[in-house]
Amino acid sequence: MQLPVRENIDKTVRLLVRSTGFLAIAILGGILFMLLWNTMAFFLQIKPLDFITGTQWNPSGDPALYGILPLLVSTSLVTLGAMVIAIPLGIGTAAFLSEYAGSKLKGILKPAIEMLAAVPSVAIGFLGIVLLGPGIAGLTGQSNGLNALNGAVLLAIMALPTIVTVAEDALHGIPDSYKEASYGVGANRWQTLIRVTIPAAAPGILAAVMLGVGRAIGETMTVLMATGNASAFPKGFFHSVRTITATIAIEMGEVPYQTTHYYSLFAIATVLFLFTLIVNMLGEYFVNKYRKYHSA
Amino acid sequence: MTDHPTKLSAHSVNLWFGNKHVLKDVSVTFPRNQITALIGPSGCGKSTLLRCFNRMHDLSPDARITGEFLLDNQNLYDHGISVTQVRRRVGMVFQRANPFPKSIYENINYGLKINHIPKTERQGIIENALKESYIWDEVKDELQKPATRLSGGQQQRLCIARTVALRPEVILMDEPCSALDPLSTLKIEELIVKLKKDYTIVIVTHNMQQAQRIADKTIFMYLGEVVEAGDTKALFEHPQQEMTANYVRGRFG
Repeated sequence: MQLPVRENIDKTVRLLVRSTGFLAIAILGGILFMLLWNTMAFFLQIKPLDFITGTQWNPSGDPALYGILPLLVSTSLVTLGAMVIAIPLGIGTAAFLSEYAGSKLKGILKPAIEMLAAVPSVAIGFLGIVLLGPGIAGLTGQSNGLNALNGAVLLAIMALPTIVTVAEDALHGIPDSYKEASYGVGANRWQTLIRVTIPAAAPGILAAVMLGVGRAIGETMTVLMATGNASAFPKGFFHSVRTITATIAIEMGEVPYQTTHYYSLFAIATVLFLFTLIVNMLGEYFVNKYRKYHSA
Repeated sequence: MTDHPTKLSAHSVNLWFGNKHVLKDVSVTFPRNQITALIGPSGCGKSTLLRCFNRMHDLSPDARITGEFLLDNQNLYDHGISVTQVRRRVGMVFQRANPFPKSIYENINYGLKINHIPKTERQGIIENALKESYIWDEVKDELQKPATRLSGGQQQRLCIARTVALRPEVILMDEPCSALDPLSTLKIEELIVKLKKDYTIVIVTHNMQQAQRIADKTIFMYLGEVVEAGDTKALFEHPQQEMTANYVRGRFG
């Protein structure tokens, strides 16, 4: 092939690759712009203070109330509950797979757990309605079990595969030399796991947890189905809650275009976005903090 | 050699990894407060033998061991003997310096915590261990620094400090200098020689000069068998076996 032709191919490919890279940034920027633009339109009509401190979300009432607090508390409640369940369970499973399970058992268990991630969220939500809901209702003596706890358990199940897989990779990646050093000074398996292997794998485990949290905060369909969606201010795990994501999903379809209500949904989406951004940045911070012990 | 009774020994030891026969009827003795070097070409089983003495093979499910390993006439593999106790009495320094990804201080403190040494004594023990390992002057002002920031030679001395902090009776060293430059190697060798008044030392090395510089006794292994064992000087200058002669004169290996 002639040189100019090859150079032209090279140039074209470079251009192509670069434009795909920029495309991702452009899409992200576009979403951010759309969110912020509509959020601004909302705040031109509703005072930010009312939005942040209002304890009622009732856009179709008279007067219409746009307090994000109940939604924020709902989302936090469900996410927090999910993490309380999923983090110890996930790290425990990962530790078992990586340190205790034989290679045969691991060969069955790990793919099985990964398959869990492939179950559609609507199917998980269905489980919440027909199985978990009645169970919780029976245990607590309530008329139904569609509440924050239900959502938290389901989200924990959904976050587990991510946490287990990423955390197991992190634990597995710890060089044997660390473990040998620990055994060498007389530590047993448990001590080695808790004091050497897990701390050494901390960046990866934190990343796993952050991915899990991200999954839980953003999940919509499951919480929509399982948490009851009462718009009253949430009182606890055994009460119905309505998360930010569920609110957007429920109301977006019916809201008239470019009304205050329409804009308000963008405003709460922005809050959700900030939430996940903070989670990610915190994760990044901790990952870097631990990393300094690793680099030679 | 007569004033140095046997501290550690192996008798008729066979070891298999799966179907692979790695150690074949090996019997060796290591005198107290002496340095014994294990030499031999790669794959001759010297590291494998070394790791038997603090039961590191317990971690590999396909390893099978027969024979006796005695520390002061006590079999290290007896039922009822705790493996963590064995490892405390028989410490190990590995081929590649492997400090924990923690601070310098915490690297030594870890072993003390694990072995339930009271908090009030730890500070002193750590300082002592670092001094004993001739690294104190280099790190005393930065004990909270990550150990991974130290140079390779310093890391290895830290690992030795971590081992001596527990006051083991025997220290096993698996090619401790193979990843180090000549100057760091020299420092470690000086350290090893100084340590022998308190410890019984077994060192695996590929470096024949190193064996001659520091070892009182040398054992030559080949293909999983002990070919010859004896005083270092004698073994290197007047080897009894032709194979030993060929190896120590650099004709193979």
